[in-house]
Amino acid sequence: MLTDFSIAAAAKGLRNRAFSARELTQAHLHAIDALNPRINAYITVTPELALAQADTADKALAAGEAGPLAGIPLAIKDLFCTEGVRTTAASKILSPFIPPYESTVTAQLKRDGAVFLGKSNLDEFAMGSSNMTSAFGPVENPWKRRGDDDTILVPGGSSGGSAAAVAARMALGATATDTGGSIRQPASFCGIAGIKPTYGRCSRYGVVAFASSLDQAGPVARNVEDCAILLNSMAGYDPKDSTSANIAVPDFAAAVGRGVKGLKIGIPREYRPEGLSAEIEALWQQGMAWLRDEGAEIVDVSLPHTKYGLATYYIVAPAEASSNLARYDGVRFGARVEGHDLGDLYERTRAAGFGAEVKRRIMIGTYVLSAGYYDAYYLRAQKLRTLILRDFTDAFRTVDALLTPTTPTAAFAAGENMDDPVTMYLNDIFTVTANIAGIPGLSVPAGLDGKGLPLGLQILGRPFDEETVFAVGGSIERAAGFAALPRIRAGVAL
Amino acid sequence: MSLDPATIRRIAKLSRIRVEDAEVAKLQTELNAILGWIEQLNEVDVSDIEPLSGGATMALPMREDVVSDGGIAEKVLANAPDRAGEFFAVPKVVE
Repeated sequence: MLTDFSIAAAAKGLRNRAFSARELTQAHLHAIDALNPRINAYITVTPELALAQADTADKALAAGEAGPLAGIPLAIKDLFCTEGVRTTAASKILSPFIPPYESTVTAQLKRDGAVFLGKSNLDEFAMGSSNMTSAFGPVENPWKRRGDDDTILVPGGSSGGSAAAVAARMALGATATDTGGSIRQPASFCGIAGIKPTYGRCSRYGVVAFASSLDQAGPVARNVEDCAILLNSMAGYDPKDSTSANIAVPDFAAAVGRGVKGLKIGIPREYRPEGLSAEIEALWQQGMAWLRDEGAEIVDVSLPHTKYGLATYYIVAPAEASSNLARYDGVRFGARVEGHDLGDLYERTRAAGFGAEVKRRIMIGTYVLSAGYYDAYYLRAQKLRTLILRDFTDAFRTVDALLTPTTPTAAFAAGENMDDPVTMYLNDIFTVTANIAGIPGLSVPAGLDGKGLPLGLQILGRPFDEETVFAVGGSIERAAGFAALPRIRAGVAL
Repeated sequence: MSLDPATIRRIAKLSRIRVEDAEVAKLQTELNAILGWIEQLNEVDVSDIEPLSGGATMALPMREDVVSDGGIAEKVLANAPDRAGEFFAVPKVVE
């Protein structure tokens, strides 16, 4: 089926005129029609726009002027502003918002000829690890536990719609964002690949802000090479984002096949929390064996402040969120609830417009920044941030990359881990330190657990050395030969 | 430390989020659980450690102080919940 192609193979097929961009886009729109009412991976589908973009791509392909992504159908996380297309951040407060401008990342994908199928679902304002906090309803993971078609599993979050759409073949790839694990955890839960690049690699211009010092855009796709192809288009210096790095973008796709011969791969001993499942430990050991067989040297390393990553994150991220989300006041854009005076209007608008998790984080952030508590919480967290970065800097003196599990468990059921917020936060224990330190991290599907659910391995690298991360990820992918398919996918509606 | 109901109301006020009386107890439990869990950071000796504000290691760039955009009032106002001419409209603030 056309929906089964990788991005690399689809680009080749389009160039050889084996099929047209219109046919490829239509195949994906049919899959969305069939599956989205159940999976809910898209908040907004834009079929007319997609077909118009596909026709433009077909013309460019016929003229021999096609960009590298000409005719490739993608899902765009509904956190990226798209000019003239509603952008909600999965929040009621932004539900009427139609951006008058385009994010830099999506503008670059358009420049390269990509087709946008629609806006994918996410946790509200990207705050969550299950996609359960979306104001537009949860997303169903297209994977099922073996022999159990009834239990609904979460796709992970916050980029749950992007990951589910790509896994179920409702898009060839998708944009996503990662503040504490929001690309890598859903990629792992949905059996696909996803990379959070180095902080500053992709422009944040036009991406709805959550925690500005941690947020980073990146792609999810069905294999490592496709992630590299998408990142090549998304990345690059942008004067509109003052934290965007003025550093040349290398050919990431070329690095995927480079191999790991002679590389030193660190295994952080602190990534074995009590209760880590034996299956995940076994997969991790298998990953080490694969890399050893390919000529890498496996080295034990220590990242002593790992255990403080999450608590540090849950001060820094809410603090920045409380500031960033102050703009949603019902005055200049978004939803409004009238009040008897301006203060009442603000309070009612924000009470009705934000969901429970967003409110909790705004309130925690407000508290840790408030007079008398700033030093005890926020300043202390910033100092922990220095220590966590130092752990990585020290490790990267002796190793070229780190190999860890992506998540402590496989996908859990909808409704699980909802009893108290902290249980849900623990999902990001292996991913969050990369955001705190600003380093790149890639999740690669590497195997299945005993119930038939996908598990990912994570590769962390030095700042701006995504090439080594892709090289290690490519080696893991080739050795793993991960070929399992989700239960629900285009052509298999269940 | 533990947040009491009055502090919850004060944080809600600072956050400009209306909180009904019936919601205070639940928020108190949830926020105290999160703050209690965060307390683990007190185990770490951070004396003589410089704070780190962000993942970007480069200095922030300077740019020319020039007008580079503007004259798009209609675009800016297109998403306004309420407007009066070329202005955003809000309830009366000054009597």
